[in-house]
Amino acid sequence: MNQPTTAPDPAELRATVLRVLGEVAPEADTAGIDPAADLRDELELDSMDILNLAVGLFQATGVEVPERDYGSIVSVDGCVQYLSEHMAAGRQQ
Amino acid sequence: MPSLGADMDFGTLIAWHVGVGDQVHRGDIVADVDTDKSVIEVETFVTGTVEELLVPEGRRVPVGTPLALIREDAAPGGNGRGPAVPAAATSPTAAAGPRPAEAGAAQPTAPAPPATVSQTAPAPHHFASPLARRLAHELGVDLAAVTGTGPGGAVRREDVEAYAVSGAPARPPGVAPPEVSRGPLAGTDRQAAVRRAVAAAMARSNREIPHYYLTRDIDVSRAMAWLEAHNAAVGVTDRLLPVVVLLKATALALREAPDLNGTWEQDAFRAASHVHLGVAIALRGGGLVAPALHDADRLSLPELMTRLRDLTARARAGRLRSSEVADPTVTVTSLGDQGPDSVLPVIYPPQVAIVGLGRIRERPWAVDGLLGVRPVVTATLGADHRASDGHRGAVLLAALDRRLQDPENL
Repeated sequence: MNQPTTAPDPAELRATVLRVLGEVAPEADTAGIDPAADLRDELELDSMDILNLAVGLFQATGVEVPERDYGSIVSVDGCVQYLSEHMAAGRQQ
Repeated sequence: MPSLGADMDFGTLIAWHVGVGDQVHRGDIVADVDTDKSVIEVETFVTGTVEELLVPEGRRVPVGTPLALIREDAAPGGNGRGPAVPAAATSPTAAAGPRPAEAGAAQPTAPAPPATVSQTAPAPHHFASPLARRLAHELGVDLAAVTGTGPGGAVRREDVEAYAVSGAPARPPGVAPPEVSRGPLAGTDRQAAVRRAVAAAMARSNREIPHYYLTRDIDVSRAMAWLEAHNAAVGVTDRLLPVVVLLKATALALREAPDLNGTWEQDAFRAASHVHLGVAIALRGGGLVAPALHDADRLSLPELMTRLRDLTARARAGRLRSSEVADPTVTVTSLGDQGPDSVLPVIYPPQVAIVGLGRIRERPWAVDGLLGVRPVVTATLGADHRASDGHRGAVLLAALDRRLQDPENL
């Protein structure tokens, strides 16, 4: 019998994403980030930072972002949406 | 005060990590120094006991100023008292020879005054920065006739330049400027200092180094296919970045072109015995540092990735070590996947070469007479024509191309 699924709380996910971003770029100002903005422009993230972001999100949520999906996690909103979809999918299995 | 960059005349002793009586070992971090570009952790190259801290925290002093006295652990029957002069050589590179501080350590017999190692001009009767001494030697200026405007009356490069132009001191003789005491730079002050330091280094490079440039477009389809397969097979924490593949290939290629791995000092090329790859790292908010990945040709790709990740994090946090700043034998600059198609880089003196890598992009490519599309990177070599000619440069780029066609053996 399938277990009922509960979508992860977006606010908690957003807090998680911002915490991970703060660890990836501690010298950057994450407080006033535009959640829709491309982090490569907003915080000057480079490929090392994006990889570190993927690692941090995996360690925080268990969601592994394949390289082909890096484009989906280059904004705060993108991260939240990606994590929400994949955590919900994981709970449905 | 170690020389931690070709453009560094002075440094500020921000904090001591040791005190009088502490035992230190070779490689221990003993102090933090602000070079204006960033705060660098200074290592000691001797093992022994700290006898005296010669420079207080917050004091700005010229490069070469002894910072502390360390009594070296004596051999049986010896009295191993000697100075610790971290990286007190006049040039920022030490890969080809002994660590500069080793050259400055006193002999373990009679106590010797803290000495500054000078390998260029004869020691002046008053203090001059290494850059000032080198410039004076090149311009034929008598340092004794130059009035210094640095801390304690030290002669700076600008003083020598002004004297050479006018024959007069840079400012009327008088009371020497007081030594400056301050904490580490921050915010806009830091950014402005970084820009000045970069400007000085790049201006010197363009002034002194006769650059020549060679470019080569390289098909990296094999390398990228290998990388994609590798990354798909490992977890996210073990993934490699494309730049790591490019760095390793460059390091291996340099073994085949030793004329491009080393420094130009005192009108001669000094080949390095190691490949310490300087990697240009952009600082958030502006500025650039290029610390060394030591022995990059001997590291596996995962090791190189780990080291690069750590180096990047510490560079941006202002926690680089003096050996990482002083040791690059050649530099690689890659502006990444958001960067331009190609880079015409500027050599960081006293190195004799720099490799610029453009972004990897898909381009039309001829394969066996047919037109296809391949991921291509444009590699540009900037080299010092005093140390090498185009043929040697071409050898390097050909070797880089060849290495990237055999990613399994990187």
